[in-house]
Amino acid sequence: MARTRKSKPSLVKNIKKIINLDNPDSYISEPDPSKHELALKAENVSVFYDENEAIKSVNLAFERFKITTLIGASGSGKSTFIRSLNRMNDGIARVSGKIMYRGLDLNSPDVDVYEVRRHIGMVFQMPNPFAKSIYNNITFALTQRGKYSKEQLDEIVESSLKQAALWDQVKDDLNKSALELSGGQAQRLVIARALALKPDILLMDEPTSALDPKSIMQIEETMMELKKKYTIIIVTHNLQQAARIGDYTAFFHLGKVIEYDLTRKIFTRPKVKLTDDYVSGNFG
Amino acid sequence: MARRNKKNSQDPIKESLLRKSISAKKDMFGRSLSLSALILIGVVVFSIFFFVLSRGLMAFTLDGINPFKFIFGTVWNPTTPDSNGNLQFGAFPMIVGSFLVTLLSALVATPFAIATALFMVELQSNWGKKIMHPVVELLVGIPSVVYGFIGLTVVVPLLRKTFGGSGFGILAGTIVLFVMILPTITSLTVDALRNVPNHYRELALAIGATRWQMIYKVILRAATPGILTAVVFGMARAFGEALAVQMVVGNAPIMPNGLLESASTLTSILTQGIGNTSDGSVQNDVLWTLATLLLIMSLFFNLIIRFIGKRTNITQGGH
Amino acid sequence: MNTKVTNKIAIGIIYFISALVILILAALLISILGQGLPHVSWHFLISHSSSFESGGGISDQLFNSFYLLIVSMIISLPIALGSAIYLNEFADPKSEFIAVFRSAIEVLSSLPSVVVGLFGFLLFVLKFHMGFSVLSGAIALTFFNLPLLTRSIENSLAAIPNLQREAGLALGLSKWETTEKVIFPAAVPSIVTGVVLAAGRVFGEAAALLFTSGQSAPQLNWYNWNPLNSNSPLNLMRPAETLAVHIWKVNSEGTMPDAVEVSAGSSAVLIVMVFIFNLSARFFGNMLYKKMTSGTGK
Repeated sequence: MARTRKSKPSLVKNIKKIINLDNPDSYISEPDPSKHELALKAENVSVFYDENEAIKSVNLAFERFKITTLIGASGSGKSTFIRSLNRMNDGIARVSGKIMYRGLDLNSPDVDVYEVRRHIGMVFQMPNPFAKSIYNNITFALTQRGKYSKEQLDEIVESSLKQAALWDQVKDDLNKSALELSGGQAQRLVIARALALKPDILLMDEPTSALDPKSIMQIEETMMELKKKYTIIIVTHNLQQAARIGDYTAFFHLGKVIEYDLTRKIFTRPKVKLTDDYVSGNFG
Repeated sequence: MARRNKKNSQDPIKESLLRKSISAKKDMFGRSLSLSALILIGVVVFSIFFFVLSRGLMAFTLDGINPFKFIFGTVWNPTTPDSNGNLQFGAFPMIVGSFLVTLLSALVATPFAIATALFMVELQSNWGKKIMHPVVELLVGIPSVVYGFIGLTVVVPLLRKTFGGSGFGILAGTIVLFVMILPTITSLTVDALRNVPNHYRELALAIGATRWQMIYKVILRAATPGILTAVVFGMARAFGEALAVQMVVGNAPIMPNGLLESASTLTSILTQGIGNTSDGSVQNDVLWTLATLLLIMSLFFNLIIRFIGKRTNITQGGH
Repeated sequence: MNTKVTNKIAIGIIYFISALVILILAALLISILGQGLPHVSWHFLISHSSSFESGGGISDQLFNSFYLLIVSMIISLPIALGSAIYLNEFADPKSEFIAVFRSAIEVLSSLPSVVVGLFGFLLFVLKFHMGFSVLSGAIALTFFNLPLLTRSIENSLAAIPNLQREAGLALGLSKWETTEKVIFPAAVPSIVTGVVLAAGRVFGEAAALLFTSGQSAPQLNWYNWNPLNSNSPLNLMRPAETLAVHIWKVNSEGTMPDAVEVSAGSSAVLIVMVFIFNLSARFFGNMLYKKMTSGTGK
């Protein structure tokens, strides 16, 4: 619906842009730190697989309690980039540049990588619950690190599942194997599992691309609820999804950020022709 | 220290990020523990080579036996001196015996194994998967002494009755090894055939090839490296097999005169001799040299398998 | 229509050879079991072997086979598990250093078992003065066992999808914690299958034991469980002829009148044990798998 309404004006605009030689190669409009609180900031982040530079000097600032969506064609580097934010690329690729979090560069070797991932959680494309009970899926990472009473754990399980909107469906089967859950339920469990660690930031790498339309809608609703308490950065292939849930959107192309702005601007009045081509479905 | 305290008062999360977590410590521990297990295996392999080689070379270095004469000499007489008063250490009869039983058994077993594997994978795959495969796997696990015992009680008497003589010899050894390595080669060949992608078969049948043409021109060609590896594995097992062969080959350390005369292999002389010689004697040293030859041969088989594997990777990468 | 005729002939030959192979293998099994089973009786299983008279049993040998197997597994399992975990979870697949260790394991797996036995004889029996003993034999079996186990455990670990590793890492767990608490438990059913199959192979091994655990079986006293007593079944420093070695020994230098019967019976028992190992490997693997995937973890 949004697409049909939009396609005509953008076409007109394209012509205008071509005539008007004022068309930039890239346009970055970041949240202003003086007005908005930043949760995370990538400074000059580059990622190398062997000699191959997959991400080329990306700068992005992420505002707190907002959803930032990362879009771009396959191979544009958006997944590689998001995985660098909580150092999931350690041992896989070489990451240079700074990832600033609470005045600290997370990419520096002094920082404990395991602690980073406790504060910056991650949800992946395929739901990946452990072959354990629903209850243990949530408590597992907690009990590995600290001592919790049964009551504390019960409470965390309940609140995490409630935040992920799964509690009502599974509250009577907490000892059931997580492998018996449906795809959508499993992905919610994975979200609940990440929330149990009380993270600051939640990274989501195409969290709904393996799910059915109904589950997608439900998870999007959950995310809108979650952004009240968490900063969310999400990679998605689904442009409608990016438009529906995003506050900010970054468009990646060949390892670079082409345009970064408020989501509604990216989808209605992009400044760069390439962005316009992508969001109007001319390539991808 | 002062800086640390300042940070601590500011932001506990920031502080925790800069502290080494329990996870990091556990990881260091687990990584070192598992690496030391791996290194231990490396040390074991190294010491096997070191000790066997160093003992094996003593016959040449300490006892002054000529290596060339040792390998190509045809008379093995380690205990009773000949007319010149010399002991004779010619291992050629055993070397020939080992190669004869290995090559002959592989030669016979290969067509049988390939035909059976084809039957199991290409012709009757249901039956092959459900019944034959578990049975073949089971036979791979039968202890070699049992093969030897059957050789002794069934094969040797049968040969004796049919051809006369003692029944012990290269032929008996070959038959026992044939039955022993047949399941090994079959099972590995089955794996090789299963690795041929199904669209090869569909394509061949779609262009009107008969079943045999498909098998011969497509499947067998695609599976050749895997089948070769299977055969070399079988040969390595045959060459290194000690007890089954020792029980039926006759163990006469003389050049094999025919398939039906008592002969010997490296392993059979080794198995028989080690218990009857004293450590440090020439008679004992030469046995270690035989063991060294076995070690080198097993390394050689290993290299061939690697070579086949490498070449397949290259040709597959090239396409 | 030449190709059709060729096709028929070729397929016919394949069927014929396969039938022949089935016949040979069936004959093999029948002759082992047919020769042996009639001699297997309760008495045969529970009485001591005798050297010069007929009617001896295999109780000590049977026990020794199991005892050696267990001791060897106790030694080799942790080492194989550690190596497999390092190879599959920590090692950089492109590293030359790791390639050397992988080749070493390959080489170890292809060494003739008689050479492994001789090494054990030289190092443990002679150099370390451990004599022909359960311990020497168990260590020799360990060398034989390590590559089998390492490879099978590594395959079991590799079969666990990477998604599970990422899940653990993303929760701030280290590789080791993820391996220990997520990957390893998920791989346990297939590891158990591999271990029991390896046990079947080790159970029948003889060549590596001839000169390490020895060729004599002191009569065990079933009422003496003090491991320090020389006739206690648990003593680690006593010689321990196993069932497989017994078959060889009886046939090559047997002095008892019923050597053929004893070895036929022993062979049948050995084969039946291998059957049991094979079947139970699958059974336990499946059972654990079912228990883990549907079960209620605590």
